[in-house]
Amino acid sequence: MKPPAFTYHAPESLDEALGVLAEVGEDGKVLAGGQSLVPILNMRLAAPAHLVDINRVAGLSTVDTNDTSVTVGATARHTDVELDDAAYGVQPLLRQALRLVAHPVIRNRGTTVGSLAHADPAGEMTAVLALTRGSVRITSGSGSRNVDATDFFVGPLECCLRAGEMVESATFPAFPAGTGSAFIEVARRHGDYALCGVAAAVTVLDGAVSAARAAYISVGPTPLLVDLTDAVAGGAVSGGAVSGADWAAAGRLAQSQVSPEADIHSTASYRRHLVGVLTARALAEAAAAAAPTHSLPLRRSG
Amino acid sequence: MTQIFGEPITRREDARLTTGRGRFLDDLGRHALAAAFVRSPHAHARVREIDVTAALDVEGLIGIYTYDDLDGPLAEPLPLLIPHPTLTAGRTAYPLANGIVRHVGEPIAMVVGTDRYVAEDVAGLIEVTYEPLPPVVGLTASRDGDLLVHDDLPDNVAAHLMQQTGDVDAELAAAPNTVTFTQTIERSASMPLEGRGVYARWDAQDDSLRVYSSTQTSTSVRAAIAAKLELSPGKVEVIAPDVGGGFGVKIVHPWPEELLIPWAARLLDREVKWVEDRREHFISSAHERGQIQDITAGYDDEGRLLALDVRIWHDHGAYTPYGIIVPIITSTQLLGPYKPRAYRCAIDSMYTNTVIVTPYRGAGRPQGCFAMERTMDRIADALGLDRAVVRERNLIQPDEFPYDQGLTFQDGRPLIYDSGDYPESLRMIRELVGWDDFETVRSQAAAEGRTVGIGMACYVEGTGVGPYEGGHVQVENSGRVLVSTGLTSQGQGHETVFAQIVAQELGVPLDDVVVTTGDTRRFGYAVGTFASRAAVMSGNAVALAARNVRAKALRIAADALECSVDDLDIIDGVVQVKGDPSAAMALSTVAVLSNPLRYAFDNAARAATQFAPRADPLRAPVDEDDEPGLENRDYYSPIRSTFASGMHSAVVEIDRDTCETKILRYAVVHDCGNLINPMIVEGQIHGGVAQGVGGALYEVMHYDEHGQLLNASFMDFLMPYATEIPHIETAHLQTPSPLNPLGIKGAGEAGVIPGSACLASAIEDALGVRISAMPVSPSDLFELLATDPERTRRGSR
Repeated sequence: MKPPAFTYHAPESLDEALGVLAEVGEDGKVLAGGQSLVPILNMRLAAPAHLVDINRVAGLSTVDTNDTSVTVGATARHTDVELDDAAYGVQPLLRQALRLVAHPVIRNRGTTVGSLAHADPAGEMTAVLALTRGSVRITSGSGSRNVDATDFFVGPLECCLRAGEMVESATFPAFPAGTGSAFIEVARRHGDYALCGVAAAVTVLDGAVSAARAAYISVGPTPLLVDLTDAVAGGAVSGGAVSGADWAAAGRLAQSQVSPEADIHSTASYRRHLVGVLTARALAEAAAAAAPTHSLPLRRSG
Repeated sequence: MTQIFGEPITRREDARLTTGRGRFLDDLGRHALAAAFVRSPHAHARVREIDVTAALDVEGLIGIYTYDDLDGPLAEPLPLLIPHPTLTAGRTAYPLANGIVRHVGEPIAMVVGTDRYVAEDVAGLIEVTYEPLPPVVGLTASRDGDLLVHDDLPDNVAAHLMQQTGDVDAELAAAPNTVTFTQTIERSASMPLEGRGVYARWDAQDDSLRVYSSTQTSTSVRAAIAAKLELSPGKVEVIAPDVGGGFGVKIVHPWPEELLIPWAARLLDREVKWVEDRREHFISSAHERGQIQDITAGYDDEGRLLALDVRIWHDHGAYTPYGIIVPIITSTQLLGPYKPRAYRCAIDSMYTNTVIVTPYRGAGRPQGCFAMERTMDRIADALGLDRAVVRERNLIQPDEFPYDQGLTFQDGRPLIYDSGDYPESLRMIRELVGWDDFETVRSQAAAEGRTVGIGMACYVEGTGVGPYEGGHVQVENSGRVLVSTGLTSQGQGHETVFAQIVAQELGVPLDDVVVTTGDTRRFGYAVGTFASRAAVMSGNAVALAARNVRAKALRIAADALECSVDDLDIIDGVVQVKGDPSAAMALSTVAVLSNPLRYAFDNAARAATQFAPRADPLRAPVDEDDEPGLENRDYYSPIRSTFASGMHSAVVEIDRDTCETKILRYAVVHDCGNLINPMIVEGQIHGGVAQGVGGALYEVMHYDEHGQLLNASFMDFLMPYATEIPHIETAHLQTPSPLNPLGIKGAGEAGVIPGSACLASAIEDALGVRISAMPVSPSDLFELLATDPERTRRGSR
């Protein structure tokens, strides 16, 4: 459980970091929070010749919120994002998801952008990026490009980063007005990777459910985004509660869209079953949050 | 006199251990060379060639060693520690593979380098050519016998063990009712947070060896090293430093590394250290629990168990270095607090191409308890009786002690329960958990759309097995009392409880007592820490030694104070005449007087030189049958084990949609005789229950068909976190043991034993699906609910 030898770089500016990354190319790996990378190195599952530690790079640890989105810098810790009230006000799904990411000590060190770049299909934040129709800003010595969530996640533990590139930030847009959200999951132990997790957003317009979407983790190679609007059409809001929406039908629709695999913790059929159960629960919770009389509490978690 | 024995005194070691001042194996030997091992990636293979060419250029490499480098006794197979007449085909591994490997993780080559990074780099560059052989994975494959683990053993059976009492066949034939069923229990493991580790220093001038090992038995590790490295035991010191948990796996000895690291230290004349990493612990140490059980029970219409016929296949992995202790314990402790008229347990202990199986906390008892307690539930179910009532009708009664079960226990002695009050224990658990009112709880929950269930499981645990332990108590001239015992500590609180015993016996303040364990320099004869035996064995030994020291102190003081021994008492470290505190002398003074010296180098010695006046000039300075010093060494060796007992009850809630199990309540009634320290006993129970919950709901060793362990990390091997462990409600019953001076029984394993049985009972009660395999995950429950062909009577709910 000791990593093979590597050259350690500790650049202090973004230009310097990008310079090193350009120089080392395929042999380089960015180290941010290290919560996934360091165990992988220790178990010798990967052996990059160069580690580029970006923790000293100025300006990357920000959580910037404006009226329409939250932008998270490459070294902002999960905890920074989770506890940021302004971010919660604009995009509550961030906090709703982050409270399920591992444990506080891991969130204190691990970074939101790092977990996106790690592209673990069980990583909660991949679904958040997908459901918010977010994007990442990928930067290299020769410039920057913005990549949508759908293009960013390529496969399990694989994103579209090329040699010499790093993710500089991730942007999570706000949902349309009248939208409520929820993130729920079933994990074997508190803080474990989920057997199945659902991020849901329900939009209520003029007293009726106008849109319902969900994104799933742990049931496919990349976060799966499903539009469930058709299944819940007819749901109406009365007295601050949504009634008449067939959340279970949405669950069945979602089940028809997934093809989960079995592993040592779960059969495929149990995962598919959870997709149905959790979809219904997450949509109902999101709809309750969307109902017009519902005021968003600015609670501080942790 | 202040009462110290029996008080919930805060653990004295915790301040040190919780503030980073513990001294664990890897805190030692900062400049030692580091070892790493090349381990087999195959479950079963011949080793054709080991090519080190590519590794030789690594800077910092000191040496690479394979089987061919070993000689003398070290080149022989490792010892089979505990032979048994029925273990007719025992096999052990070599310290390094001798041409064949039989499980993933078996060591093939040892690398020594300047640090562990170098050693792992080298290990990664050693090319081993294997000829893979088909592996035997799982009990079913082993039982089939198509493939063999050891090619000279045609049926994969190491031992066929039989325990019986009464005429099972006749009783079964005559029984009005019978039930037959099969159960399986998965593998789990001790999984201490600190893995194994060995650090050795060779003194070439003195031809002596000092070895530190994270072990549960330093004296036996010393004996093994002396034998295998052909050293006089007097030239080998073995010390167990602070040890971060053992739970059974560290009682196995000698581990290959415990021989190879000292051997390398001597060979190189350098300090060498090896610290196991987590993956190594998963694939190279030991597991436990895996069994298949076929059970047939005959019972009458009142639910009384007439005959119990149990057939067990026990998975012991690739080798049997620790003998068949685990299946022996299963077969004997299965009976619990009950008295079937006839009982038969036949066990085949089977080879598989997996990591060896040796005792893990509970050591075969959880499996036995699972067999018996699920039988009780089946009987209750079939007869429509309350599960507590069926148990009540089968209990051994208080006036039946000592109760002879008619079997032979793990120590080779008759299985005779010394004491207990099982009906009272059952009454207490029913009251504690609210068993008799549970239907109200169930209907209230149902009204809220919640599904709850309650379960119960009872056990009897043989504790404090012999053959012996010793204790040494010495009063220094300063008045400080040094206590040592040979067995080791892994966090149990020995520094506290042994001090409590000695402080009470001797009459000194607790703060004056200093306890040392597991250091062969201090105490050479010992067995080890396992089988819930430390308090019973060493506790009584140090008590006996303290009583002897007290007697000597009173004798010397009586001499000095010119009074009768009977007139003296020792209070807070001062020997005084009863009722006359002015006639007194400190125990430190008695210590000084106990050792007449020639030389005076300090005030205390000045008071004791041969020229100090003695009351009677005609007596020799040291009497003929006396010896200098206020100290004593004594041993405790019991005729047989003490039997602790207890009953657990759990209330669970099942989310019918997600199939998740939540433990709402967990209640424990526990009887380990007189309590030395109730707080420490509670801590033992809490930790045990946590491991019981792990075994019931979470922990599995996932081997694939190739014998690869798929979850060899803390990410995928699911030990419960604190968040998964419920609040534990406890009540104590104290039935003293008549077998030892302190009237105590062991408490170390109690908490874990009934966990699986209790939670299976509760889940079954909640859902009405039959639970016959443990652990049970949400995915398992989902599949059971989808397919269970045999809904129990409770299934209608």
